[in-house]
Formats: sequence, structure tokens, C-alpha cells
Amino acid sequence: MELVSTAGAAVASNDLGFMIKGLFKYELFGQELWITTTHVSILIIDVVLITLFLLTKKKMKNPDEVPKGFQNVVELIVEMLDNMVKGSLGDNAHKFANYIGSIFIFIFISNISGIFGLRPPTADYGVTFPLGILSFLIIQFNNVKHNKFGAVKSLMDPIPLFLPVNIIGEIAVPISLSLRLFGNVLSGTVMMALIYGLLPVFLRFGIPSVLHVYFDLFAGAIQTYVFCMLTMTYVNDKISDA
Amino acid sequence: MITGEDLILACSAIGAGLAVIAGIGPGIGQGIAAGYAASAVGRNPGAKSDITSTMLLGQAVAETTGLYGLLIAFLLLFVKPLI
Repeated sequence: MELVSTAGAAVASNDLGFMIKGLFKYELFGQELWITTTHVSILIIDVVLITLFLLTKKKMKNPDEVPKGFQNVVELIVEMLDNMVKGSLGDNAHKFANYIGSIFIFIFISNISGIFGLRPPTADYGVTFPLGILSFLIIQFNNVKHNKFGAVKSLMDPIPLFLPVNIIGEIAVPISLSLRLFGNVLSGTVMMALIYGLLPVFLRFGIPSVLHVYFDLFAGAIQTYVFCMLTMTYVNDKISDA
Repeated sequence: MITGEDLILACSAIGAGLAVIAGIGPGIGQGIAAGYAASAVGRNPGAKSDITSTMLLGQAVAETTGLYGLLIAFLLLFVKPLI
């Protein structure tokens, strides 16, 4: 998606406030590259998350017997994530709880960052496609690890003639995973930008907050859940059948 | 005087409008899924959380085809690949 192509010089012509904007240009091996709003948003989110993780680590070195306050919230989140993974992967849950939990927290914070005035990083196909590729690698690695040669055999499922169709079916997984997340978050971002553009200035406080709850919080949470659930479903597909 | 670029822009706008017609299918599908989920909860209120998560998963997968249409519309309107 070359949504970034208009960054910088020609951006003023249709600046509706939801395009990716280039902030800083640099050259690498003769290639013109940009630091965009996506990088800045990811950096802010990463700093926030790492701070939270370090605080958690410090707190859990000598945890309270009866959790309260910060420890309570963290334990609630971890327990929820563990239960979600256990619900769909069963006995194999402990192998995947780390990965699923990490991408869940990252995607969730990314999706709802529109509330805090950032441009959501997941509204950039350059962020969601690597996430899809990561899921694809996890799926295929476990496929080969668990099924050995059965992984190749399952590609020629009924008859070897179906090989190309099955390969396309496997490759479509990361593309549809990433496009689903990208499309949902981008549509939310575009809708919010259009609504802000329509409203007169004195109405921009208050009224859009209701829509923020729907487009950012609700859709963001649902899409995060769906991304993680689908990844787990695909993994479970590969490792469950004997 | 209509230049070639104007014509492409106008046709892109029409194409974007046509592309989002793809939203009809997922709308119907999601409605059917939600209706059956509601009747399932009515029959078995104990399984509400399971039913809800299954429904959301199915709806999100059904939504994908509509989103492809939406993405095509965005591409035509904002990226202008044909100019």
C-alpha cells in the first residue's frame, strides 16, 4: 500500500488528516526513506509498554500475598490472556501464551491509540503485514515441526494436482489476517477524520467521544481478539490432528 | 474542458462507490450470524460467552470480503493508482 507515497511535498493538496505523514527524510543506499507518523506512534507505544513491563517486573519481585492495586490489574490481564489461549489451544497453551499475549497487548494498545490523538500504527499496512508474516511463520513452523513430512503431504491433499491451490491457500492466510486488521483500523481512522472535518470547531469536543468509543475502542478490541483467535485457530489446525 | 485526468478522477469516484457495494454481503451475513447467536443464547443462556466469541469470530471473517471492497475504494479515492 503506497499510502505513504504522497508524504512530504505534495501532501497539502488533499490533507484530510488521516494520511501517513512524512516527518523526516533520509537516504540509505541511494533510496529515499521517510520517518513517518507511524514510526513516532510505535515509538511512543513501545516506550509506554516497556515502562509498564519494567514496573510489573519490579513489582512482581516481591509480590503481595493478597494482590491489590497495580498488581491486581496486571494479574487480571495475564489471567485473561492465559484463559483465552487455553480456551482454544488446550494442552499446548503454554507454548504459545507468550507470543499471543505479546501481540495481543501490542495490537490492542496500537488500535486504541487513536483515542489519545496518535495515528494508530495498525492503520499502516507496513505494520500489519509483518504481524501477519509472523503469524504465518509460527503456523508453518509448528506445521513442519509437528507433522514432519505430513506438512508436504497435506499440500497435495486429495491429489497432487491440487498443489498450487493449496499453496495459494496457505499464502492467503497472512494476507487476509493483515488486510483484515489494516482495513478495520484504517476505516475507523478515516471515519473519525471525516467526522472531525465535518463538525464545526466548537462541536469538536464531546460529541466525537461517543464515536471514538465505537470506532477505536470497540472495533479495535474486536479486531485484536479476532487476530489472536484466528492465529490460534490456524495453529491448532496444524498441531491438533494426529 | 474535460481533460483525461479529470475523466479518470470522475471514473475513480464512481468505481469507489461501486466497490463499497461489496458491503451488502457481509451486512446480511453478520445479521444472520447475530440472529442465530441470539436464538442460541435464548435456548442455552449458560453458554453465552462461548456463543458470543464464536459469533464475533465468524462475523469478523465474514467482514473480510466487505473490507476488500472498502480498501479498493480507498485506493481509488486517495492513492489514485490510475493517474
